Amino acid sequence: MKIAVLSGKGGTGKTFISVNLTYVADNSNYIDCDVEEPNGHLYFKPEIVKREKVYAKIPMVDKDRCSGCRRCVEFCKFNALAYIKDNVFVFEDICHSCGGCMLLCPENAITESDKDIGEISEGVFNNSTIYTGILNTGEETGVSIIKKLLNNIGDEHYTFIDCPPGSSCSVMESVKNADYCILVAEPTLFGVHNFNMVYKLVKLFDIPFGAVLNKCLAGENPAEKFCIENNIKILCKIPFENELGKLNSNAEIASQKKEKYLSLFSSLLKTIEEEVKNETAFDFKR
Amino acid sequence: MKQLLILSGKGGTGKTTVAGAFIKLSNVKAYADCDIDAPNLHLIMEQGSKPENSDYYGLNKAVIDKNKCIKCNLCYENCRFDAINNCDGYEANIYDCEGCGVCEALCPSSAISLVPYKAGDMTLYRGYKVFSTAELKMGSGNSGMLVTEVKKKMRLASDADFSIIDGSPGIGCPVIASISGVSMVLIVAEPSLSGISDMKRIIETAERFNTKIAVCVNKYDTNTENNEKIKKFCKNNNIKFVGEIPFDKKAVEAVNNGLTIVDIDCAAGDAVRKVYKETIKILSN
Amino acid sequence: MICKKILTYAGYKNIIQLSAYAANVEDIMRIAIPVDEKNIKGNVCVSFGRAPYFMFYDTEKDKSDFINNSAANSQGGAGIKAAQIIVDNNADVLITPRCGDNAAEVLKAAYITIYKTKNNLIEDNLKNFKEEKLSLLTEIHEGFHGHGVK
Repeated sequence: MKIAVLSGKGGTGKTFISVNLTYVADNSNYIDCDVEEPNGHLYFKPEIVKREKVYAKIPMVDKDRCSGCRRCVEFCKFNALAYIKDNVFVFEDICHSCGGCMLLCPENAITESDKDIGEISEGVFNNSTIYTGILNTGEETGVSIIKKLLNNIGDEHYTFIDCPPGSSCSVMESVKNADYCILVAEPTLFGVHNFNMVYKLVKLFDIPFGAVLNKCLAGENPAEKFCIENNIKILCKIPFENELGKLNSNAEIASQKKEKYLSLFSSLLKTIEEEVKNETAFDFKR
Repeated sequence: MKQLLILSGKGGTGKTTVAGAFIKLSNVKAYADCDIDAPNLHLIMEQGSKPENSDYYGLNKAVIDKNKCIKCNLCYENCRFDAINNCDGYEANIYDCEGCGVCEALCPSSAISLVPYKAGDMTLYRGYKVFSTAELKMGSGNSGMLVTEVKKKMRLASDADFSIIDGSPGIGCPVIASISGVSMVLIVAEPSLSGISDMKRIIETAERFNTKIAVCVNKYDTNTENNEKIKKFCKNNNIKFVGEIPFDKKAVEAVNNGLTIVDIDCAAGDAVRKVYKETIKILSN
Repeated sequence: MICKKILTYAGYKNIIQLSAYAANVEDIMRIAIPVDEKNIKGNVCVSFGRAPYFMFYDTEKDKSDFINNSAANSQGGAGIKAAQIIVDNNADVLITPRCGDNAAEVLKAAYITIYKTKNNLIEDNLKNFKEEKLSLLTEIHEGFHGHGVK
């Protein structure tokens, strides 16, 4: 059972919610797909059991075999290759690792080397497994790291996928195989505007979803209004509390530290279980 | 044109809130929203002119003609981006396709072609000021190019010698594209461990470019201990610290009413004025 | 410049021919400039990678020809593709207001010297070049890493 937590806008509480749900579910998986700025590990401080580097394939040209036909240069849609003074130059930071040049070289002069772009770590916290992906600074995209993170995750446990902000290809990659999505909204104009974007995304992927309204203050909540107007199930409303903010800012797991948050998240998990049962083919018995 | 870019690493620290305030205070003639994944600046900046919309075409995407397809499976086997679906005939998935052209080149029956694909919408406001913004269609990659296009449009303000750019969270493609060529990056940090971790990574990213860097902290009073950690980090790493802004419920009210924090009387507004002053000092040197 | 010229024509085994070239190096220059229009009386383009056209001026024949810049519409790596065009058209020198690091790498590998424009008029820059009044372009900006030129 894969549950993706996404929001559109950054800072609404994706990590806060996915970390706490992982905690109360116990015996579950947490996957941090925000590989540009991963934060979940700060809360869990997991005991690392495995680390694995992630590589991108970069073409390498064997000068002795190269006939100078320039087919590779002409083919590359990203202009990552240049032919100068009988040498093929490869621009690593532009290369998308599509493998096309290698496939099309008539002399088989191109092979691939590995470029280190990031790392995946697997760790343990209580009975849960914590997966963290991290992109090296200076690298453009972490999509391949996200793909690797989500590979081979079974369905026998709950898996909470902490998604990156926005609705770009990284988010899509994180969400596409989820069984259920939790959309996190904050009660601001910005929050609602961006909530709308991920709302469209989950509908596009036809994944059942519900909303969690976070940082709720007294007074009108534009996010609540949006959910009501669009018939979106509100799973839970989490009030804005200084105490909660403080715990979070110190990367402490609120439901571990305070009974009332343990109760809140246990209740949210139950609601999600019910929703999932109703909305998906899963009748997930833990 | 001197360009000031506002970044954060972590989302939700207050980039747009600070950017909006800075734009008002400076009365700058050109500004842009480069958070094309989730643009928000237009919600708090009043536009005096009509928007000019244009389509942004990203990379071409593959399209498979099922009538010509002989189901040889070569495209599926060679696509590095898992963009070919082969369960019910062969189809290229527009969200995963990167437009590399491998499938088109390999297809023995010329069933695949790369066609233009609209990846976003660009909006330009050209009145007394030039405001350039865009929204990327969901699932699009190649956001860096769109960011560059958005920045380019600010040049239409021919008399502007200074511009302000609201950036995006993260450290990837759109952020890298936004940093390119700017005179200064102001990082809006928040005093949480997540915020500090993310701040360090965005600083590391920005340092690859030849640009001035400064840090300010928003909602500093939500955790004064972490705020001190940030100040210490800046001091130890020779990064200019330009000020701190308190958490202010009135700031949320302002934003929800489509206003910047300097349009109303509030503590956050007072503090951002000081941050602005310090930032401009560094930018002007 | 003389050394560069001999390297460029390293294919020539005939020493006499080589020295003939070396002696006349000042007269045999093919100059590339990114331009806004196909007119020598027009302006230099502010961008290199995405200039609409390139002008190639032959100092010996005092003639110029223009080509469309096919790199202009590239999604990314426009600077690299544009530099490839300059290399393929046998330029010796590029005069441009700016250039990205990837493009500069291509040009450097091809022994093409990059000069900085003084103003935005093509003819003025050619005149300045002949009078040795142009300086080398030293500020190579970070490329846009596949995202297009500003």
